[in-house]
Amino acid sequence: MEPFRRHQGRMVPLDRANVDTDQIIPKQFLKRIERSGFGPFLFYDWRRNDPDFVLERPEYQGASVLLTGPNFGCGSSREHAPWSLQDAGFKAVIAPSFADIFRTNCLKIGLLPVQLPESSVRRLMELAQEDPALPVTVDLQARTVSAAGFSEPFAMDDFARECLLNGWDDVGLTLRHADAISAYEQHRAAWLPRVPTP
Amino acid sequence: MARTLAQKIWDNHVVRSAPGEPDLLFVDLHLVHEVTSPQAFEALRLAGRRVRRPDLTVATMDHNTPTRGGRQAADDVSGKQMDALEENCRRAGVRLYGMGSRHQGIVHVIGPELGLTQPGLVIVCGDSHTSTHGAFGALAFGIGSSEVEHVLATQCLPQGRPHDLAVTIEGELPLGVVAKDVVLGLVSRVGISGGQGSAVEYRGSTIRALSMEGRMTICNMSIEWGARVGMVAPDDTTFAYLEGRPHAPRGADWEHAIEAWRGLASEENAPFHQEIRLDAASLEPCVTWGTNPGQAVPVGDRVPEPADENQERALRYMALRPGTAMEDIAIDRVFIGSCTNARLEDLRAAAAVIQGRRVHRSVQALVVPGSTQVKLAAEAEGLDRVFQDAGFEWRDAGCSMCLGMNPDILQPGERCASTSNRNFEGRQGAGGRTHLLSPPMAAAAALTGHLVDVRSLL
Ligand code: SF4
Repeated sequence: MEPFRRHQGRMVPLDRANVDTDQIIPKQFLKRIERSGFGPFLFYDWRRNDPDFVLERPEYQGASVLLTGPNFGCGSSREHAPWSLQDAGFKAVIAPSFADIFRTNCLKIGLLPVQLPESSVRRLMELAQEDPALPVTVDLQARTVSAAGFSEPFAMDDFARECLLNGWDDVGLTLRHADAISAYEQHRAAWLPRVPTP
Repeated sequence: MARTLAQKIWDNHVVRSAPGEPDLLFVDLHLVHEVTSPQAFEALRLAGRRVRRPDLTVATMDHNTPTRGGRQAADDVSGKQMDALEENCRRAGVRLYGMGSRHQGIVHVIGPELGLTQPGLVIVCGDSHTSTHGAFGALAFGIGSSEVEHVLATQCLPQGRPHDLAVTIEGELPLGVVAKDVVLGLVSRVGISGGQGSAVEYRGSTIRALSMEGRMTICNMSIEWGARVGMVAPDDTTFAYLEGRPHAPRGADWEHAIEAWRGLASEENAPFHQEIRLDAASLEPCVTWGTNPGQAVPVGDRVPEPADENQERALRYMALRPGTAMEDIAIDRVFIGSCTNARLEDLRAAAAVIQGRRVHRSVQALVVPGSTQVKLAAEAEGLDRVFQDAGFEWRDAGCSMCLGMNPDILQPGERCASTSNRNFEGRQGAGGRTHLLSPPMAAAAALTGHLVDVRSLL
């Protein structure tokens, strides 16, 4: 994973609550066996059916920070959702809350989920509406989000932050504890279910 | 200190814990399907890593399998995804219940059916409805593809502890009210993010009285209110379901297992962060009117006035006017299927309503059994005839119209009464409109051509 330290970019306000992963990337695009190339299908139905959809507006093209409502990413566990956001150029999503699996998926691929109080997200949305060209800075090192006249700290647990800052391969980290895993395996009860290789 | 069911299972699975880091949990059972696994296997290969425990990994095909015409009927891209799973399982030595297997089916239906889903286990799958398996008193949760890769490589997963939330439901369910109504009633009260970050334990006399199938329906939809885990303490109902299943322990092992399982229940004074209480007598047959599972009302109610912009949006999408009686909503399609409600008991409950009646002429109705085993068992007792005589289509097992990755989809503007778990915009097909309800309610809707209180047909 690419390390994430600090990102500066423009914002796009998607002012909706409970945006589910079926909207972020509809199911017909989950048939691909690759990990890349999902960007063009991001919010596919909304883009197609609503000519005024905020992500389609010219003034928000090239935005890399998504502002949105609470419970973003609820529903399906499809990692295709954060893949499509990342593939479409997003580096961070700022919302009052995230669905658990979505948030974890983001952390695994280095797309930063930033949780801010609802009023702060609202303020950022207003700023982005007033001036779509306004840059925002998301600084993971300092755990702050700042834009003209706006600065706010956000919470991120130390371990997740460390992994992101360093771009660590999380499987690699776990494999360092291979001995502990083997030791655990030795003590598992023999009657636990196993499905031996055919 | 007294511990909850979830805490006990958690503690039993910690491989390593270090201050300031998530616990490293051992995974007893990893279920795999064709949609969320190809990238994980590929990443594993690129890193030169192997599947650590193929014997704790089981795969099936469900999400985009055709429900008629067999494997040949799959489109090219779906076929490629199924080929990839076959190839990946073959190379890794992972058991695959693919198309044509007697054990193929929706991943959350076959795990319990094979007796692989057992109390006390940590179970993961690259699918959000993995919470279904919690009905057996397992700690079961959905993961993304990066985590699938992680589990394939290490059989472990780093996880932060969830907080414990109890949902206590007491009393006898009124006539015509089933597990699906319980969970829809619950989600409509607590909202679709009410369970965020928590391990939910469903308990109380109502839950104890439910069959395993009913408990699975409720645990299945834990994710619909944001919970990470939904579980029920194992009891005699659990053991009776498991005994004799292909992968259940036998002989002396069975005795050991029962003893271990009995010790899992939450202790009397185990602390929960929060408790939600529900009175079974207050529940009614439920149906959704909006575009998330929390937007549900008793079927006798009316479409509500929108409380905010999101609800307005939902009503627009659903083409519904506030104040319309739910029972006045005409439907075009009925889908009885999905990991929420396509087990044998669900099909029986729907068939009991349908028996000797006809599907309304304006409705196209579909039954998709949750697994090939469910299909065979249903056919053995003649349920397929009941459905087909009434005018239902009887299909092969899979996810089907629950998410419409295969050809079973709604056309734009079509309205469907569905026993599945999600009514998100476009979930069953772009522009399609979904009303979630129980199998008996879906059956009633099929017969009358509109949403209707099943109790009027009993
Ligand atoms: S039946 Fe529906 S919810 Fe269940 S696993 Fe399949 S697609 Fe997911």
